[in-house]
Amino acid sequence: MNRLLNWSPSWQWFHRLGSPRWFYQASGRWLPWLSLLALTLLLTGLVWGLGFAPQDAKQGNSFRIIYLHVPVSFLALAGYYIMAIAGAIGLIWKMKLSYMVMKAAAPVGAALTFLALFTGAVWGKPTWGTYWVWDARVTSMLILLFLYLGILALQYAFHSNEAGNKASAILALVGTANIPIIYKSVDWWYTLHQPATIKLTSAPSMHPDMFAPLLVMIVGFYCFYTVALLLFTRAEILRRERKSVWVRELALGGPAL
Amino acid sequence: MHGGFSAYLRRDLLLAYRRRGEAASPLIFFIMVSTLIPLGITPESGRLAEIAPGIIWVMALLATLLSTDGLFANDYQDGSLEQLLISPQLLAMPVLGKVTAHWMVTGLPLTLVSPLLGVMLSLPQEGYLPLLASLALGTACLSLIGAVGAALTVSLRRGGLLLSLLVMPLYMPVIIFGSATVQSAIDGFVWFGPLAILGAMLAAAVALCPLASAGALRLASIN
Repeated sequence: MNRLLNWSPSWQWFHRLGSPRWFYQASGRWLPWLSLLALTLLLTGLVWGLGFAPQDAKQGNSFRIIYLHVPVSFLALAGYYIMAIAGAIGLIWKMKLSYMVMKAAAPVGAALTFLALFTGAVWGKPTWGTYWVWDARVTSMLILLFLYLGILALQYAFHSNEAGNKASAILALVGTANIPIIYKSVDWWYTLHQPATIKLTSAPSMHPDMFAPLLVMIVGFYCFYTVALLLFTRAEILRRERKSVWVRELALGGPAL
Repeated sequence: MHGGFSAYLRRDLLLAYRRRGEAASPLIFFIMVSTLIPLGITPESGRLAEIAPGIIWVMALLATLLSTDGLFANDYQDGSLEQLLISPQLLAMPVLGKVTAHWMVTGLPLTLVSPLLGVMLSLPQEGYLPLLASLALGTACLSLIGAVGAALTVSLRRGGLLLSLLVMPLYMPVIIFGSATVQSAIDGFVWFGPLAILGAMLAAAVALCPLASAGALRLASIN
């Protein structure tokens, strides 16, 4: 059975993916293309969204920050799941590489969550008249930032890599089980405390002329996230494998991979 | 018996009984902080009554958080945790026993003393029963969730502060439904809804948190 799994081509990619060296070399080949794609999409989306999309009837030009705010918020949440899934793969299959991906996903996700909160605050000033509102979505993003910060803090607290990996994987999984509960309870809490003066002015549906650049930006940010995740993972691979022969050869100016 | 549940429950209760001073500190903290509220905000009973449910819940949460640090720390230092790790039984049951003992020593006294704080902070009459019920269920949740954090940080030298960072976001649903139970009773609504959700959270926590804590405790031996 074991031999069958090892040799069947459908599983080969999975085993190869477990090798940090193979991943480092392969991701080095993907990176230029992905970066180019991310850059093109982000530039197109930004110019289209900021310069050419029609104005919002109620919010004027200030609505244009959604072209940053929405994709960033999407990825902040998706990034947590990517981190937790990577941690779970590490716990189950004991894969070194997936722990490195998990560790790389934490700072990227935390930065995106902070950006989501920040762009939200900047947007809140002209639309709601205040930078900060204890709105259900704002509050749950803040809690998400706390979850990320806890995982970052836990990772750096351990001496041994192995213990730090497993601890943050367990915490990420516990957090994953909690995220739906947190979101639902914050929603409940918000409906109980409904502040009367504040109303979301965004229209329920978007005009296609506004939506198309947003879609470009979302896809562009997914590419950008992948690039950032790969870069952080590659740095982590080099740090952890610094004693291996191939990293030394690389550092001493071996053939560029 | 019961895979070590009752043995560890009895052992931890006995240990707590022998260190009564230590066990009393969260309770004293709970009462002391409640003195700060009128001093810091207002002694006016009308305004105190408005914030009393939330304040009592926040203080109960902080008091539980303070005591969670020591849940596995003593066992780790004197080596009995390692003995537990190499024992053949399922680790989750002794952990559940320890957490139950922790709740009986911290959460339960906090619950029982909360009506006194209610009087001091002029909690409206209708709030007392919901306060007792929600604190009884909610502090059990807090102990169980805190156990995961305590297990993750037990082998770290400065684990206490880190523990509170890890656990605080996970506590938030509990405090939302805990204070909602009391608040809706005061506002004259049916308060069984939020209380039932607290009960559901407790059921999920009883099932899942001991397993996660057991997994985390195994890390203590490799760090």
